[in-house]
Amino acid sequence: MTGIPNTDGNGRRGAAGEEIRIGFYVCHCGMNIASLVDVAAVAKEAAKLPHVIVSREYKYMCSDPGQEFIMQDIRENRLNRIVVAACSPNLHESTFRGAVARGGINPYFFQMVNIREHGSWVHTDAAAATAKAIDQVRAAVARVAKHRPLERRRMEVNQAVLIVGGGIAGITAALNLADAGKKVYLVEREPTIGGHMAKYDKTFPTLDCAACILTPKMSAVREHPNITLWTYSEVTKVDGHVGKFKVTVRRKPRYIDEETCVGCLECISACVFKTPKFEDEFNEGLGKRKPIYIPFPQAVPPLVTIDPETCLKFKTGKCKSPCETVCDRKAVDFSQTEKTEEIEVGAVIVATGFKAFDVTRLPIYGYGLYDNVYTALEVERMVTSSGPTGGEITLRDGRVPKSIGIIHCVGSRDKKTNRWCSRVCCMYSLKLAHLLREHTGADVYQFYIDMRCPGKGYDEFYERMLDEGVQMIRGRAAEVTDWTMSPEEEGKLVVRVEDTLAAYVRRIPVDMVVLSTGMEPAVGADEIRRMFNISCSTEGFFLEKHPKLAPVETATAGVFIAGCCQGPKDIPDTVAQAGAAAAQALALIDKGYVEMEPNTSYIDPDDCSGCKSCIPLCPYHAIAFDEGSKKAVINEALCTGCGTCVASCPSGSISQNLFEDDQIFSEIEEVLSHV
Amino acid sequence: MSEAWEPRIVAFFCNWCTYTAADLAGVSRLKYAPNLRTIRVMCSGRVDPQFVLEAFARGADGVLIGGCHPGDCHYISGNYKCLRRFKMLRRLVRDMGIEEGRLRLEWIAASEGEKLKNVVNEMVAHVRALGPLRLNQKFAEWDEEMNQLEHAVGEAQKAKEPVHA
Repeated sequence: MTGIPNTDGNGRRGAAGEEIRIGFYVCHCGMNIASLVDVAAVAKEAAKLPHVIVSREYKYMCSDPGQEFIMQDIRENRLNRIVVAACSPNLHESTFRGAVARGGINPYFFQMVNIREHGSWVHTDAAAATAKAIDQVRAAVARVAKHRPLERRRMEVNQAVLIVGGGIAGITAALNLADAGKKVYLVEREPTIGGHMAKYDKTFPTLDCAACILTPKMSAVREHPNITLWTYSEVTKVDGHVGKFKVTVRRKPRYIDEETCVGCLECISACVFKTPKFEDEFNEGLGKRKPIYIPFPQAVPPLVTIDPETCLKFKTGKCKSPCETVCDRKAVDFSQTEKTEEIEVGAVIVATGFKAFDVTRLPIYGYGLYDNVYTALEVERMVTSSGPTGGEITLRDGRVPKSIGIIHCVGSRDKKTNRWCSRVCCMYSLKLAHLLREHTGADVYQFYIDMRCPGKGYDEFYERMLDEGVQMIRGRAAEVTDWTMSPEEEGKLVVRVEDTLAAYVRRIPVDMVVLSTGMEPAVGADEIRRMFNISCSTEGFFLEKHPKLAPVETATAGVFIAGCCQGPKDIPDTVAQAGAAAAQALALIDKGYVEMEPNTSYIDPDDCSGCKSCIPLCPYHAIAFDEGSKKAVINEALCTGCGTCVASCPSGSISQNLFEDDQIFSEIEEVLSHV
Repeated sequence: MSEAWEPRIVAFFCNWCTYTAADLAGVSRLKYAPNLRTIRVMCSGRVDPQFVLEAFARGADGVLIGGCHPGDCHYISGNYKCLRRFKMLRRLVRDMGIEEGRLRLEWIAASEGEKLKNVVNEMVAHVRALGPLRLNQKFAEWDEEMNQLEHAVGEAQKAKEPVHA
């Protein structure tokens, strides 16, 4: 091992020859720690440990006066190592490292002991929690004595940002970043951007038209010189790290030349299928489309797509392909193949949205069994004037409903399906009630568990719906059935529900049932999170770095999340979060460099036997074999500091900064010293 | 130690999944046995088999390694490398006469505070049932035995040596 210098690169103290002088601080965290752990005893025990010069306790170590204590002690008592026993290092390690550096010593002469999350909050026995805290403090004090000064590395950051998902979150983030002058790649799986919002008719609580507020933004994306928009494309591979992600994007063939197609749609009229015949995904299967189609008139990009699954040219090869001949720009290209694009970006925003709950999982509500049971998204398409029915509410049997039941919490707040509240269903159910009444004049019943309308103008909207005469029945609907028990139920669907306010079981006959589906993680969310190394909560929504203080960051530096991929939320929250993600990405890349933690590994060439066993272990290809010296060499710029090679080296020649063998062995020794 | 014996378990938790799960258990105020002594590493791939052996040798009654679920490793595949070492290590530890269950490898994701609690409680109960390992004391006893044996052999040889007139 190389000798330890007397000062680090910035002239801060901390040296080999110098006598080790440790300052120890234990935090009460108000009563969070002190209510269980005997902090005075911890401080007293710590004072007895070797090299400990100062041992103090304080109410809030992370506060300014707390940090000031550390800085002052460093100066006055010539301390050169600091140990703080407080909360999790994931929360305040960087805070204290900052204080240590300001005090004039290298910030890595610091060790944190977690006695809150791993101590007072999880234990009930005060003596045992105190004993545990003391053991862990002893380990930290022993370890910090072996710390060496380290420097953070600076790495250049690529100025481009990748945004995955072209819903309202991705669109907002893309426009924000592009307006700031950054290059943006927006990748969307579907043929058009717009996401779920493009399918809605009106938005609550203001009832402004979704298309009117969304489509200008979609056009802005297409026209923005800083945005490269790839629709009908998927991210397939991600390499690299913050500042330098290498991303592979698969661009599926739409059999239309994107450069020449102007979106005149002549080809669609020319198709050999004179009437649309195939299920239209955009209209939730309520409408039909041809094999050559555009999802909706304002789609961005305004390009048609040929579906090879239904197109006769692909299926039989015998089509005369009038679409090809009618196109005067020769944009139809049946020979198009999949393309692969490779890009390099500095940051990534994942905004892959949600999937509506699959109602067939709850057969009690009769979806698929009774024609007149619809999902909320289907109704959303039906009330839209540009939708499959032109805004007419006609049931599958051709009638116009006179009574409608809207069942809340389908796939939400339900132990059988999903535990969580999807947050938007109460409000969109009220909105649909309003729209359905407006279109049909029908009586609308809402079957709800609780009305959850928190948000600006939301509760007012609820009041307004009550005034408009929407019937509210408090109780989770038990079933939807066509089994009639009285003449007025004939020919209707009956919603059976326990009205918990009236305290009896009711049967409400209606012509139409709407299921207010909850939100689930999007299809493919699992592949996305593995590619980008994002953790997820047990329900499958992406996990933010901190639920309050880092809501758009993830555990992977440089990867941000926005919108419903993080959890159910409405449009205002999604847009706000997308803006936050864009700002965070901008803050990261605009600085031009990132500072990397110095916990990289290094090889002592004197001990390396050149066996090469470490080389294939490194997933980042950071270890190379130097043919000249016949030794392995680690490229510090590529090393991410996992330490896997260290544990594997047969000659023990690899070490990891901050996780040196002797540091960890001393921890093991000290946590067990009282056994 | 004069007071009643309590299992002592040394835990090596990876920073990104299991350590964070333990933080979550804390934030969620889940309660688990205070017998764990946690050592944070960046990745379960950093857990050198020597760390585990050292912990047993110094008197740990159990060793728990916590990493990310397969496919979820923050460093792509460090947990697989940990698993490979673990399989080898488990055989070695078993051959040393250390009962199964004193050494555990668990995949605990950052969101699984509940699983962390359950694993810790389960392991503490299991190790408590197995009783103390006290390898450190056994080493001392074995050293003593060896010394006595050596001494006895030495004496015997001395006795056998022909006595020259």
